Amino acid sequence: MSLLEVSNLHISLRTQDSVVKAVRGVSFSLEPKDTLAIVGESGSGKSMTVKGIMKLLPKAGRVTDGKIVFDGTDITQFGERQMRKLNGSEISMIFQDPMTSLNPTMTVGKQIMEVLHEHKKMSAQNQKARAVELLSLVGISSPEKRFGQYPHQLSGGMRQRVVIAIALACDPKILVADEPTTALDVTIQAQILELMKSLQDKISTSIILITHNLGVVANIANKVAVMYGGEIVESGTVDDIFYEAQHPYTLGLIASIPKIHEESVTLKTIPGTPPDLIDPPAGCPFAPRCDKAMKICHLRQPENKQISGTHRSACWLQHSMAKQAAEKEEHHE
Amino acid sequence: MQNTELTDDLFSPARSGAVEREKISRPMRSGFQDGWFRLKQNKGAVAALAILLVLVALAFLGPLLTKYDYYTTNYGAIFQSPSAEHWFGTDKFGRDQWARVWYGTRISLLIAVVAATLDLLVGVTYGSISALLGGRTDAVMQRIVEVLVGIPNLIIVILLMMVMPAGIGTLIIAMSISGWVNMARLVRAEILKLKNHEFVLAARLLDASNGQIILRHLIPNTVGVIVINTMFTIPSAIFTEAFLSFIGIGLQEPKASLGVLINSGFQVINSHPYLLFISAIVIVLIMVCFSILGDGLRDAFDPQMRV
Amino acid sequence: MKTYILKRIAYLFVTLLVIMTATFFLMHSLPGTPFDEDKISKLSPEQQRQIYASYGLDQPVHVQYFKYLGNVFQGDFGTSTLYAGHPVRNILMSRIVPSAIVGIQAVLIGLAIGLLLGVVAAYRHNTSLDYLTMVISVLGISVPNFVVAALLQYLFGLKWGLLPVAYWESYSSSVLPSLALSFGVIAQIARFIRTEMLTVLQQDYILMAKSKGLSPVRILLRHALRNSMLPVLTILGAITVNVLTGSLAVESIYSVPGIGSLFVDTIKANDYSTIIGLTVFYSAFYVVVILIIDLLYCVIDPRIRLASAKE
Repeated sequence: MSLLEVSNLHISLRTQDSVVKAVRGVSFSLEPKDTLAIVGESGSGKSMTVKGIMKLLPKAGRVTDGKIVFDGTDITQFGERQMRKLNGSEISMIFQDPMTSLNPTMTVGKQIMEVLHEHKKMSAQNQKARAVELLSLVGISSPEKRFGQYPHQLSGGMRQRVVIAIALACDPKILVADEPTTALDVTIQAQILELMKSLQDKISTSIILITHNLGVVANIANKVAVMYGGEIVESGTVDDIFYEAQHPYTLGLIASIPKIHEESVTLKTIPGTPPDLIDPPAGCPFAPRCDKAMKICHLRQPENKQISGTHRSACWLQHSMAKQAAEKEEHHE
Repeated sequence: MQNTELTDDLFSPARSGAVEREKISRPMRSGFQDGWFRLKQNKGAVAALAILLVLVALAFLGPLLTKYDYYTTNYGAIFQSPSAEHWFGTDKFGRDQWARVWYGTRISLLIAVVAATLDLLVGVTYGSISALLGGRTDAVMQRIVEVLVGIPNLIIVILLMMVMPAGIGTLIIAMSISGWVNMARLVRAEILKLKNHEFVLAARLLDASNGQIILRHLIPNTVGVIVINTMFTIPSAIFTEAFLSFIGIGLQEPKASLGVLINSGFQVINSHPYLLFISAIVIVLIMVCFSILGDGLRDAFDPQMRV
Repeated sequence: MKTYILKRIAYLFVTLLVIMTATFFLMHSLPGTPFDEDKISKLSPEQQRQIYASYGLDQPVHVQYFKYLGNVFQGDFGTSTLYAGHPVRNILMSRIVPSAIVGIQAVLIGLAIGLLLGVVAAYRHNTSLDYLTMVISVLGISVPNFVVAALLQYLFGLKWGLLPVAYWESYSSSVLPSLALSFGVIAQIARFIRTEMLTVLQQDYILMAKSKGLSPVRILLRHALRNSMLPVLTILGAITVNVLTGSLAVESIYSVPGIGSLFVDTIKANDYSTIIGLTVFYSAFYVVVILIIDLLYCVIDPRIRLASAKE
């Protein structure tokens, strides 16, 4: 049984005079000790997907369809009170910017103790001991001193370590990391990813890593889901995605990772802009930017096709008729 | 659509051109259009604007609608309640209250608008000189402002009112002398903020001249702050005038302003409360409408202050 | 931090000096004398000269000025002409208590109700409760306090006869003036807290607190309220001005024997020395309050505390 099973998730956001269909039929599953990377550019719906699962959507946002099963329990219809028991203890989250995700007027120690106070019935003394222990676990030196400090007294990297300590305080089953390194210096990014990886081994949690940077995925994740225009366009193991990628968007993403050994200095890009999700296209959302697009791509959504045991791709190129057409064309030439 | 037959033709290439790829599907609105659109959506602000226009029209046309004027006394008809003859009644000298109220409104608005305009001119000049020159000039100008900010405005106004002969001009001057500081600080802060904004740096990198930067970037972006602040200075000037007249050092009878009218209405509140109520309602309406309109403008035109 | 405080105190003195100087010279450029013209003209020139001399009014202006400055620094504001023979300082002292009672009550009522309204409005954003708060705050900011005072007096005192309106007899006399003064404070605070709270509720750390599974009450008290209440300190200055200004009219309307009504009476009576004394007192009070607020802000908010320590 999967730890987390999301099927056909739809999320909409109301704006001033329209509705943004931010997530449109997302399905994936997470096994214990998995690290799933959800990759996509801004606005692809990756962050909304996890916020929808944790019921942390903004007021305007709403899960309109789909099913979420966590650890055998259907949590789709969970109310705020029920969800509070899970959030922070079973599922916890690391946010993008540690400069803004910690309360500026509360010491970091208190911010860790708070989550222990809420979920574990511990004495204040034990809470404090555990908080200090967590601080040293995430690699903060002189944790007793840091315990009493305010966030602004710590560097960005240290703050993100504090956020991780808070997230791990109750040994969660799933750790959601929403672009955990985007706001940090490049040198710190690697450290934080390394830390997450080593902590995962220690406390055996599953991780959902949200990122727009396919480059960081290979080192840490074992599964990858590529999102575009509110849909998962391709998913599979790290090897499936990096060596066997089928979807033109995934191929474009891989091509745009800068490589040290290449002679060419121009970065490869995917021309065009993402689709407008207020009025989503009838066909494949990527079709307008796709250089392999066919007529069908603009008209109908491709089905999410199984390519191998772990690998799926939603692309018309996978259709048998597309392959025939390609062969015919080759014959012509 | 879902059931259409899949034909070979559907699988022939159909790539989009570069133009189509970069197409932005929703229409673009400029900052001003966007703000205007937002303001029109704000029903409260639109209603406030409408009521204000009506009040301004009455302030100028109201006295013409009656055969009475604001100063002629009639001891045969004192303290009359509102009637078909005297729509707002008469006061202790038998003067027609309808004429007095609208004449008073006109005087109050006039004082407020002129005072706010003077505030604006002095404040914007002072603030922008301070911000644009910077360095030592800015430092000296700011020290002066810091001292002035330490003095409650009303104290300055009261002192000046006592030294100068009572009258409309004196009121305006007294309010302007104390009022420009706030505008100067706002404008300076706004320009300093803009000077360091990325888009100004970008313009600088693109070799835009100083003149161009001031004209294209600094002025359009400070206009919002200036207009919004003025929308708040006008009601505060109306308040100050009314307050001074109410405590007896503003305008004096037989002249009329909203403050004078409220003061004389308050004297007879026990016996003839309508005299106070009518002028109080007018001043409250003006203040409320300006306040709502000011808020609406701020929400519509100042994206940074939008909630 | 130390240099900051010293700098602020230096400013305080410069401001006060400017005020005293300006006040003094303005008053002395006034036409007429502070005495009843009818009575004084009946006196012989010799008697007139004696009276002027007893108030120091016969000396050149600059001599009077420096003498005045010296006296002020010893706490001596001269003698009132309206309340003949009484030192300004004594009159002022005797008037402080009623003003303080009314003013402090008004601020406390304003804080309590304003805070409640602001928080409720932000939490119930875009509901009827929110709109009600907005209406109250727009009215509170727009309706001049002397109009509020007059209406309250009409309703409670004259129409319903519930509360004393015109005499300062017992504690109950302070209720209406305090309410009248608090109206604007309620509006200022409610409006400010609502805006702050709406901003704070959108912050990442609130989302983070939710992701920690904290209870809504805890998020409100520990995370949202504290962060939106700190900035209230920044408008306490404006609130002080509001209450000080309002006290002039409100105290006069309700005959509160306080400093506000004294100010209005002496202005009407051209009582120079008392006006100068009161102006200096009001300004000093205001400047000191602002200083205390700024220092308090440094003490309370850890972010600012560090920033100034680094300077």
